[in-house]
Amino acid sequence: MPAEHDHHHGHGHGHVHPVSFDPTKTEPDHYAPAPTAGRAYRIGIGGPVGSGKTALTAALCRALGGELNLAVVTNDIYTTEDADFLRRAGVLAPERIAAVQTGACPHTAIRDDITANLDAVEQLEERFPALDLVIIESGGDNLTAVFSRGLADSQVFVVDVAGGDKVPRKGGPGVTTADLLVINKIDIAHLVGADLGVMTSDAHRMRGELPVIAQSLVDTPDAPDVAQWVRSVLPVRAG
Amino acid sequence: MDLSALILADSRFPGGGHVHSGGLEEAVSRGLVTTEADLPGFLLSRLRTAGALSAAFAAASAHAAGRGVHSGHWRRLDQELDARTPSPAQRVASRAQGRGTARAGAVAWPSPVLTALLAETPRPHHPIVCGALVGIAGGEPAEAASAVAYLAVSGPASAAVRLLGLDPFAVNAVIARLGAEVRAVAGAAADVAGLDPVDLPAPGSPALDLFAEAHARHHEEEVRLFAS
Repeated sequence: MPAEHDHHHGHGHGHVHPVSFDPTKTEPDHYAPAPTAGRAYRIGIGGPVGSGKTALTAALCRALGGELNLAVVTNDIYTTEDADFLRRAGVLAPERIAAVQTGACPHTAIRDDITANLDAVEQLEERFPALDLVIIESGGDNLTAVFSRGLADSQVFVVDVAGGDKVPRKGGPGVTTADLLVINKIDIAHLVGADLGVMTSDAHRMRGELPVIAQSLVDTPDAPDVAQWVRSVLPVRAG
Repeated sequence: MDLSALILADSRFPGGGHVHSGGLEEAVSRGLVTTEADLPGFLLSRLRTAGALSAAFAAASAHAAGRGVHSGHWRRLDQELDARTPSPAQRVASRAQGRGTARAGAVAWPSPVLTALLAETPRPHHPIVCGALVGIAGGEPAEAASAVAYLAVSGPASAAVRLLGLDPFAVNAVIARLGAEVRAVAGAAADVAGLDPVDLPAPGSPALDLFAEAHARHHEEEVRLFAS
């Protein structure tokens, strides 16, 4: 079987697509299912403990709350301090924030058995029928955690410079397959001895064509680059 | 054992069961369960009360799905189980798992019987959905009862491993030693599977009811890891 083949799309230009048989090669999935019409788009935000998932969620609510009808599902919030973070930040009405317990297994709740999260999303959709976007924030987990495609239409994986500049190189499904990788807290890279150049080049090497955004919510509190990425993945709404 | 009952009893089944501890998290937080030695008592009492109630309604639902029932029957089963579940928190937990099981079941075993059940009770109780799915798949009431009786103890046991770091081999052995009790509970449930819903047994556990309420109340103050 040839490694390249001609095929016609039926729209006139019979160009050549390279077909890779390398099973480890990572490319964007061209065959991702379109989200079901009539429901909110769902973005999952995952990543290790303390990498800044909640802060990024709050930033996105601030950046997008004025233009999108938003709700958030949080997983595994341990203390009232954390539980009130989003509400205190004043970025979203409390009734638009649903909390889910994961039975001490954060990755199970976003991957193997998404029932509790789906239930929370569907109840938010019933309460707010015109929702555009639901952000599902995973509990802090390890590098192997990814969202099921049955739960999230797109997913963001958040790592930070303080977690060590070898993290992107270590790979794992979160780093290699997430639709967006965010390298967070770059303002403190020099304080923790992290080489940002190494992190971003490793990230690009591990991820192929998939995008990487390095940011600091101290320097840019509204996460403009990530917000712009969110706008780019949202389906165009009719009307 | 019909495959449907094995699937429903499998901890890999994606029906949302893994986020429920069946009152064990509350018992742990009160220091009532601290080691493997405390587990058999908790699980056995749960099996003979909440487990027996679930088994009876699962068996009755499997029987109903197998024989075909008039409209309104699923609602009557739902109301009778509600009446036997005095804790609002337990009703919420049962309906959350029932909804999750129905979502997974509708993909695995689509059927007009399930459609009718969900039309009458969109957020059904967990044992009723489990029983109906086993019946739809061609399984027996006793098999449905065995599956939910097993789930009544396997869920809290798994929660104990996660919350207390108990030895998983020791905990697994505790479950294995409940074999005769699970069989007895399932057998008793199968014996009454054909009764009218109002005549189904009503075993209760006031302690578990109170644990469920306390769990929900504590969640308002100091966030718990399990939904129940």
